[in-house]
Amino acid sequence: MEMNELIEKINEVLAEEFEIEVEDITPEANIKDTLQLDSLSLVDMVALIESEFGVKIQSSELINIQTFAALYDFVSKNQK
Amino acid sequence: MQNRVVITGMGIYSCLGKTLDEVRDSLYHGKSGIIFDPIRKEMGFRSALTAHLEDPDLKKVLSRSQRVYMPQQAQYAYCATADALRNAGIDQDYLNTHDVGLLYGNDSSTVPNVKAVDTMREKKDTTLVGSGAIFQSMNSTVTMNLGCIFKLKGINLTVSGACASGSHAIGLGALLIQNGLQEMVVCGGAQEVNPWSIGSFDGISAFSVREDEPTRASRPFDRDRDGLVPGGGAATVIIESYESAIRRGAPILAEILGYGFSSNGDHISSPNVEGPTKSLLMAIRRAGIDVNEIGYINAHATSTHVGDTNEAKAIYNVIGDRRIEVTSTKSQTGHEMWMAGASEVIYSMLMMKNGFIAPNINFENPDEDSAKLLIPSQRVEKHFDTFLSNSFGFGGTNSTLIVRNL
Repeated sequence: MEMNELIEKINEVLAEEFEIEVEDITPEANIKDTLQLDSLSLVDMVALIESEFGVKIQSSELINIQTFAALYDFVSKNQK
Repeated sequence: MQNRVVITGMGIYSCLGKTLDEVRDSLYHGKSGIIFDPIRKEMGFRSALTAHLEDPDLKKVLSRSQRVYMPQQAQYAYCATADALRNAGIDQDYLNTHDVGLLYGNDSSTVPNVKAVDTMREKKDTTLVGSGAIFQSMNSTVTMNLGCIFKLKGINLTVSGACASGSHAIGLGALLIQNGLQEMVVCGGAQEVNPWSIGSFDGISAFSVREDEPTRASRPFDRDRDGLVPGGGAATVIIESYESAIRRGAPILAEILGYGFSSNGDHISSPNVEGPTKSLLMAIRRAGIDVNEIGYINAHATSTHVGDTNEAKAIYNVIGDRRIEVTSTKSQTGHEMWMAGASEVIYSMLMMKNGFIAPNINFENPDEDSAKLLIPSQRVEKHFDTFLSNSFGFGGTNSTLIVRNL
């Protein structure tokens, strides 16, 4: 999947699941703030990325994924 | 000195309607909420009969973070409870500033359990189960969700008493108010409606197989009954002390006079006569009324052979040859199980407030025991001021409530 296509797809599934507008997502925005995630719904984001893109984010890696840009990068690098 | 306990609000989400007016009209016209569900046949069910009701669309009402923890029956219960609170004239400000309790009947939450186990088996990764599953799958899911959504601050627990759950919830709530431990309790019962939750019930041949006539399948007290029809939804009543209702200027609908209970200490599925008789007598004794004051009896009768027979015997033991109308609204709704004790209080309330007794539809021929009771198969236009409502459950748990018009 091309990077642009991947970004579009990630934004689309996150916006739908967490009920926000796709336009609210920008690369430098904070994921938790934008999607209004608490410790529980963060689990749903991890599960969604795993089920949609086949990429598992370990708890230890989550700390480095604060922005959408970091998430795109992580998914892109780890996608099989 | 015990506090008097009154009902000040009702709300319901049922196969007979989603508002009190819709349900009243369905009762009045003897409408059945039962359908044939072809999916159940594909799943290998012996009986594909079920009550029919749609899942509520709560997307515009509750946030994702509220909905994600709610299984089907909690969604039903939310609808019923929001309506009941409105009906009672209670707003969020009142709930924020008073210790309002919550006792709700629920005794299963199958779908989230099935989904979670399926995911774990297939993916071997618990994260993929998601954050909602644990909260959706617990038996107390209804009370944990409603307690958080409505920000309730009094007692908060689920009553699991099989098919008497909803009735026990109201009875226990009334006891707390009588004894001054709570001023107001949100009480009710909820029952999920889906094939997975009742497949094992179908497996013990408890359901009617009159599949060619869905609306005629649930026939409590009728000689040719062949089993129950599963149903569900949710029903909520707001109960509070008489003093609290007067202080609030609330609409006082009725008074809960008596709560009787007992356990058969007998067979796990077959009810007896002694246990229910004891529950009826206890309710009457605690209500402090004479049997002659009862104007209507809403029976538990689910349309099973032994259950209806033994309840008819228990009722006859208590009322003898008195001509008190006895009906089972399950003839219209099917068996609403964990919800039934609460919904049947509301059905009876709607009849009492509107001067009629809904027909025990499909009651065509009595058997030896139901012949001794006055069971109308047609609607009766009648004013009555006191009713008795029975609810019995697996394991031999019995609950009886007596309610008087105010």
